Amino acid sequence: MTTMSPTAPPTPRAPAAPPGRGGKVLRRTPQAWLFLAPFALIYLAFMVGPMIWMFVASFFNTSTVRSGLGSFAGFDNYLEMFARDDFWSSLWHTLQFTLYTVPPLVVLSFVLAVLTNRMSRGQWFFRLAFFLPFILPSATISLIWVFIFTPANGLWSLPATLLGMDPGAGILSDPSTAMIGIAIATVWWTIGFNFVLYLAGLQEIPRELYEAAAVDGASPWQQIRRVTIPLLSRTTGLVILLQIIASLKIFDQVYLMTSGGPGIATQVSLGLITNTAFTDNRVGAASAASVLLFLIILVIALLQQVVSRIGSKREEAS
Amino acid sequence: MATIQTSPRRRTGVSGAAPARRMKASGPTFTRVTGIFLIVVAILWLIPSLFAIKTSLTDNGVAALGAQEILTDVSPTLESYIGLLQQGDIWNWYLSSFLTSIVTAVLTLLFASMAAFALSRLEFRGRAAVYLLIIIGLMIPTQVLIVPLFQELRVLQLLNTYWAVILPQIPSVIAVFIFKQFFDGIPKELEDAARVDGAGLWRIYWGVIMPLSRPVTAAVAILTFVWTWNNLLLPLFVLSNPNLMTIPVGLATVQGSFGLRYADIQAGAILAALPLVVLYMFFQRQIVEGVTGSGLKG
Repeated sequence: MTTMSPTAPPTPRAPAAPPGRGGKVLRRTPQAWLFLAPFALIYLAFMVGPMIWMFVASFFNTSTVRSGLGSFAGFDNYLEMFARDDFWSSLWHTLQFTLYTVPPLVVLSFVLAVLTNRMSRGQWFFRLAFFLPFILPSATISLIWVFIFTPANGLWSLPATLLGMDPGAGILSDPSTAMIGIAIATVWWTIGFNFVLYLAGLQEIPRELYEAAAVDGASPWQQIRRVTIPLLSRTTGLVILLQIIASLKIFDQVYLMTSGGPGIATQVSLGLITNTAFTDNRVGAASAASVLLFLIILVIALLQQVVSRIGSKREEAS
Repeated sequence: MATIQTSPRRRTGVSGAAPARRMKASGPTFTRVTGIFLIVVAILWLIPSLFAIKTSLTDNGVAALGAQEILTDVSPTLESYIGLLQQGDIWNWYLSSFLTSIVTAVLTLLFASMAAFALSRLEFRGRAAVYLLIIIGLMIPTQVLIVPLFQELRVLQLLNTYWAVILPQIPSVIAVFIFKQFFDGIPKELEDAARVDGAGLWRIYWGVIMPLSRPVTAAVAILTFVWTWNNLLLPLFVLSNPNLMTIPVGLATVQGSFGLRYADIQAGAILAALPLVVLYMFFQRQIVEGVTGSGLKG
């Protein structure tokens, strides 16, 4: 840094704040690395390390019963996954779950947030009702919903019989409805996340915009359509991508509510991965499936980063 | 996260007085209809929790008869809670959950804030690379790493120890990110005074920056606690000793043996959630703003 200005009067020591870029930021490489070290070591050991190991093991016949990587398998694990029906069906179930949960989670949370924001009183009550489930353990929500879905005489059967539906074997025991049951429980559980994101977005909208719209004679519905929805488009983009990523990683509710059943009707990708690794002891094959899921999620996460950066750039510019 | 200090003012400003004025200007019918709709949905949303509480306070025999019998039952009992608490397993699970969640939260706070301090306050070689690595880390789905993590913990002989649950959850990139954003907003002048007094970097971090960062520290600590408490996937596979299980894993493992004792199951579900509900009552603002911050900045 000091070499940059040979003609200037000699600066006494490095820490003495070089003028210009960086202001009073100090160049102190060894100390900085000391501050970084604890986090960096654990990050390397439990994030980067396992990731590399996962990629390597996906090319070997690794198992949990023998130590080491096992014999080299080339692309066999990947080819096996592509040939397996249950791999594709687990991907399909994951997609199915995404399709069932993302639209209600986005639309309903938006509606609830807009309406809550309009309320002059009792906001704490709505926050409690919609947000509290989000911080509960998946075990709690699963036990509650499995009980609600008890066949024949559970809480769910009361309105179902009233509406003339046959309670039948129960929503979770029927292969064609089990995923819907999981989706209902999930929407109830996680809507609070989107709800508070939207509420935060709503509070950024200047009041003057609504007042101007009201002066122009816009009805409440027109205000929502012309002011609220366009101004929250960045939040909506973010919410949709975060929701898709979260649904691709679904495991807890399925494991706890149906264990992937009936049959494999609700088996999702992470369920298939853990079964392959811990029940079949085939770590190599499970690693290949992990890599594939990893890549799918990474693509969507990259998209999310792009959307969020473009959004903040635009905000800075305006 | 910088919104933490300003938001209370903003909240009263926008959602307190303004909507009332807005409502008068625009159709009271619309407001009334939407208000009623909102209240109905909110009540619907509370029903599952309330039903679980009601069931947990009902006799096991009555609860087995069906939802109608539970709703019309008028003799509440604490038997299920007493039974579970006397059994002992649940105390081990509580201990396990509290221990892992608190240690993870404390270590995450310390390590993430130190890393964020370096990134926010110090110019050093490799800074850009480290920052890039952190941005990449935001996109890594840690759940997908469960298989290699299990293998690693087995090699390290950490399976069936609390460390197996704690260590993999410490590298929370989002915590570094949240801290860094907050530190960036602290004026540099504040540390200059300390520097003139000859304070070293550690004293600037610990004595100047961290005391100014209480709101963000609280938010990160509480969120890390909640996430660790709620994690199922990791403890499910790395802890097989019933005495070490965290409470969600313990419950998930024994739920089959409860059979038709529905009241006991619901009481267990509520006991697993209770500490988090208490936490929410006390730190509602930090939790909501922390979750919002992690969503918007992540």
